[in-house]
Amino acid sequence: MIGVTNFNIVTSFLARFQRKRESEIMHMVDALISPVVGGTLWCVSGGLIAFCARKVKHTLRDNLVPMMGVLGAFIFAAQMINFAIPGTGSSGHLGGGLILAILLGPYAAFLVISSVLTMQAFFFMDGGLLALGCNIFNLGFFPAFIAYPLIYRVIARDQHGTSRALVAALVAAVAGLLLGALSVVLETRFSGISELPFNTFVLMMVPIHLAIGVVEGLATAAVIAFVARARPEALQTTPSAATSASRRPVMIGLAIAAVVMGSVMSWFASTHPDGLEWSIAKVAGKDEVSGAMGSVHRNLAELQKKTAFLPGYGFKAATSESAPVDHTSTPEPEPWPAVKAGTSVAGIAGGCMTLLLVCLAGFALRASSTQRAQTHI
Amino acid sequence: MKLVDWIEIGRMDELGRMDTPVHRLDARAKIVVTVAFIVLVMSFSRYALSALTPFLLYPVALIAMGHIPARHILTKILVAAPFALVIGIFNPFMDRHPVAIMGPFVVTGGWLSFASIMLRFVLTVGAALALVACTGMYRLGAGLEQLGVPRMFVTQLLFLYRYLFVVANEGLTMLRGVELRSNGIRSLRFRVYGSLIGHLLLRSMDRSERVYRAMVARGFDGEIHVLRRASFCWSDWAFVCGCLAFFVAARTWNLAHGLGLLLTGSVR
Amino acid sequence: MSHHIVEVRDLFFAYPDGTEALKGISFRIEHGVAVALVGANGAGKSTLLLHLNGYLPTTRGEVRIGDSALTRETAPMVRRAVGMVFQDPDDQLFMPTVAEDVAFGPLNAGLPADQVEDRVAMALERVGMTHVRERPPYRLSAGEKRAVAIATVLAMTPDILVMDEPSSNLDPRNRRRLIELLRSFAHTRIIATHDLELVVEVCSHVIVMDGGAIVAQGPTRAILDDEELMLAHGLERPHSLRHHHPHPPSA
Repeated sequence: MIGVTNFNIVTSFLARFQRKRESEIMHMVDALISPVVGGTLWCVSGGLIAFCARKVKHTLRDNLVPMMGVLGAFIFAAQMINFAIPGTGSSGHLGGGLILAILLGPYAAFLVISSVLTMQAFFFMDGGLLALGCNIFNLGFFPAFIAYPLIYRVIARDQHGTSRALVAALVAAVAGLLLGALSVVLETRFSGISELPFNTFVLMMVPIHLAIGVVEGLATAAVIAFVARARPEALQTTPSAATSASRRPVMIGLAIAAVVMGSVMSWFASTHPDGLEWSIAKVAGKDEVSGAMGSVHRNLAELQKKTAFLPGYGFKAATSESAPVDHTSTPEPEPWPAVKAGTSVAGIAGGCMTLLLVCLAGFALRASSTQRAQTHI
Repeated sequence: MKLVDWIEIGRMDELGRMDTPVHRLDARAKIVVTVAFIVLVMSFSRYALSALTPFLLYPVALIAMGHIPARHILTKILVAAPFALVIGIFNPFMDRHPVAIMGPFVVTGGWLSFASIMLRFVLTVGAALALVACTGMYRLGAGLEQLGVPRMFVTQLLFLYRYLFVVANEGLTMLRGVELRSNGIRSLRFRVYGSLIGHLLLRSMDRSERVYRAMVARGFDGEIHVLRRASFCWSDWAFVCGCLAFFVAARTWNLAHGLGLLLTGSVR
Repeated sequence: MSHHIVEVRDLFFAYPDGTEALKGISFRIEHGVAVALVGANGAGKSTLLLHLNGYLPTTRGEVRIGDSALTRETAPMVRRAVGMVFQDPDDQLFMPTVAEDVAFGPLNAGLPADQVEDRVAMALERVGMTHVRERPPYRLSAGEKRAVAIATVLAMTPDILVMDEPSSNLDPRNRRRLIELLRSFAHTRIIATHDLELVVEVCSHVIVMDGGAIVAQGPTRAILDDEELMLAHGLERPHSLRHHHPHPPSA
C-alpha cells in the first residue's frame, strides 16, 4: 500500500527488487509469518474490524456505506497514479491511510483501509492471507488511530490547506509509517522464520519508511489542500463526536506504543548491560560491579530478560551460529548509533516510558471524568 | 497508471464467474480448507522441504479441475516472488550449518531454510489464488459473511469491488487528458498531481452521494438485506473432510519421504 | 392502483451556499398522465425531481403525493409509491448481480423472500431483461443497464415513475425500445429530459422551467410548437413538429 520511491537505498537487494515492480515493502508475505504471530494479529485485526463495524453502524450517517465503498475504490485507483519527486528523479504515490482518516474519521477509515488491503491480498497477492491480519494492523491501525487523532488533528486543528496542515500531515504520516515499520520488524522477529538480523532489518526499514512517510505526508497535504479550496464542506463531515468517542482506541494505541517502546528499549538495555557496567566502572574505578549494585543490576537484568523476550524466540545477534563462541573476544560492535552511553540509554528508555504512561493516565482520567460528567447531564 | 493491473483484476473476475464443479462448491468450504492449508503449511519446521511437496497437490488439483489456466497463476506467483526472495536470501548467509553433502556440494542449513521459505511461499500464494479464481469475489463475500465476518465489512468489500473499475476508468481518463497535453512527460508534476487526485476524489465523493440517493429512493434504511443464502450439501462436506484428512496426514507423516522409500526400496 | 395525484404548491428551495434553485413551483398532475419536465441546463429540473421522493426536504411550500403531504415521517411510505430512476445507471446498480439489484427495493420494504422473487421476475420480464438476471451489472451494455435500472424501480410496484434523462447515452435502437416501454406504462410518468422528440412521442403534457420557475405548462403540442417560447428559454421546436413526419413503425 505504501509506495516506495526508487531512489538508491542502503541495501542493493532492495534496490534491485524495487526496479522489478513498484513494491509494497510493508506488505508481508505468508512465508515470513509463523502461524502463532499471524493468528494473533488476525485476532487483533478481526477484533478491530468488528469493533469499527459496530461503531460505524451506530453513527447517524448511513450515507457512509456507499461513501466508504467508493472512497476505497478511489484509494485503490489513486495508488496507481504516480507523481515525480523533484530533485530525485523518482516517483511516489499516495498510500491513503491518513487521507481516509481525515475524510471519514478513524473507524470508517480503518474499515476502508482493511478492505483495500483485503482486495489487494485477493487479487494481487500482495502479502498473502496469513499475513493479512498483520498487514491490516500495521497499515491500518497506526494511521487511523494514532497518526490522525493524536498528531494530525492536534497540529492541524481543522485548518486544512495551510502550512500548518502540511507540517501536521508530514509528522503524522512519518510517525504512522515508522510505527508500522516497527511492527513489521517485530512480527518478523517473533515469527523466527527469517534469519534476517534485527539490526540490519531495522536499519533497512527506518530510512526507507522515513522517506515514504515524507512522500505520503506531502501527497496527503496536497490533496487535502485541494479539497479544502474546492469543497470545504467535505472536510467538515468528520463528526465532532469522534473526539470523545475515539479516546478508547487512542488509549489502546498509547498502551500498545508503550509496550512496544518498552520492549525495544529494554532489549536495547539488556543486550548492552556492559554499557551500564562500563559507566559504573568509570565512576567507581572498578572493572567489576560488586556488592549491592551488582545484585540490583543482576536482578534488573533478570527482569528485563523476562519481559523483553518471548520464551522460545530470540533476537539473533549479528554473528553466525556456527562461529565458535568466544567469551574472551570483544563482541562485534553492533551498528547502532547511541548504544555506548549505557546510562543515558536507560535514562532515555525510562523517560519515554514514563511519558507514555503519563499520557495514558491523563487520557484515562479525562475519559472517566467526561463519562461522569455526561451521566450527570 | 498500471493498466495491466486492472486487466489482472478483470481476468480474475472472469475466472471467478465460471461454472465448474469446483466453482459450485460452497465458498465457506473453500475458505475453511484454504485457511487450514495455509496454517498447516506454515506450521512446519524451518528446514522442512520434502514434507511440504505433497501439499502442492491441493492448489494444483483445484486449478486443474476449475479450468484455471496454470500460466495465469504462475505469472502471478512469479510477480509476487521477489519480496520473499529478498527476505529469505539472508538465510544462506546467516546459517552455515552443513546439513547434507551432495557430491561436491555442501548444503548448509541456510540454503535449506531458504528453499523452504520459497516453497512455502509458492504453496500459500497458490492456494490463495486458487481460492479466488475458483470462487469469485461475490461468492467469496457471501461466504465470508455466512462465516461471521461483520456484514458492514463484507458490504464494504463488495462496494469497493463494484466501483473499482468505474473510479479507475475515471482516473485513467483524467490521466490521459493530462498526458495528451504534457508533451511526453512521464510522471506528473506535483501540483498537477494534487489537482488531479483532488478532482478524482471529489468525483468519487459525488458519485457516492448519487449512489446513496439511489439507495434511499429504493428504501435503504442502513442495512443491506440478503436475498439468497448458500447451503452446505454432501459434496461440500466431502470436499472439506477429504482435504482436511489429506492435509493432516501430510503434516503428520512425510509422505514424500515415504514415497521415496517405496521407490528406492523396490529398486533395491 | 389508487389515484395518486402529484401536487406541488409554492415550492421554494435554496442550496446551503445560497443558490436559489426553485422559486415558487406549482403544478398538479393527474393519475396516469405522462408529463415532461423540460428546460435549459441549470433550470432546476433535477432539484425539483429530488423533492418528489423526499430526498431533499421541503423547506418552503408543499409537496403532496396522493392523499398525504410529503414530510420526513411520510417519506418512507412515499418512496414506495414514487419510483425514481436517475441519470447514470452505474449509480443505481450497485449489487453483485442484476437480480439482487432488482430485489434491493422489495427487500428493503420488508417483503418475504418468495414475494421478492416474484417481483424480481415480474420487473425483469416487463423490461425484457430476464436473460441477464445472474450477470453482474458492470457487464451490461448501456441499453441493458438502463432497462435494468428501470426494473429496479418497477419491482417496488410504484404508482408514479419519475425519471431523469432516461434516453441519454442510448443508441437509436435502445432509445426506440425505451420509448416503446415508456408508452406502454400505465403509471403516472414525470420525465425530465432534453430529448424533445421523446417528449412528443411519450408525453401528453409539458412543464417548461427556466431559472428555477415554471414559465409554461400545458399540452405538449401547444407548448412545444410555440417557437418563440422555446427559443426564449434555451430550447427549440422539435423536428417532428416542424415537418409532420409520420412516426416510424415500432421495432
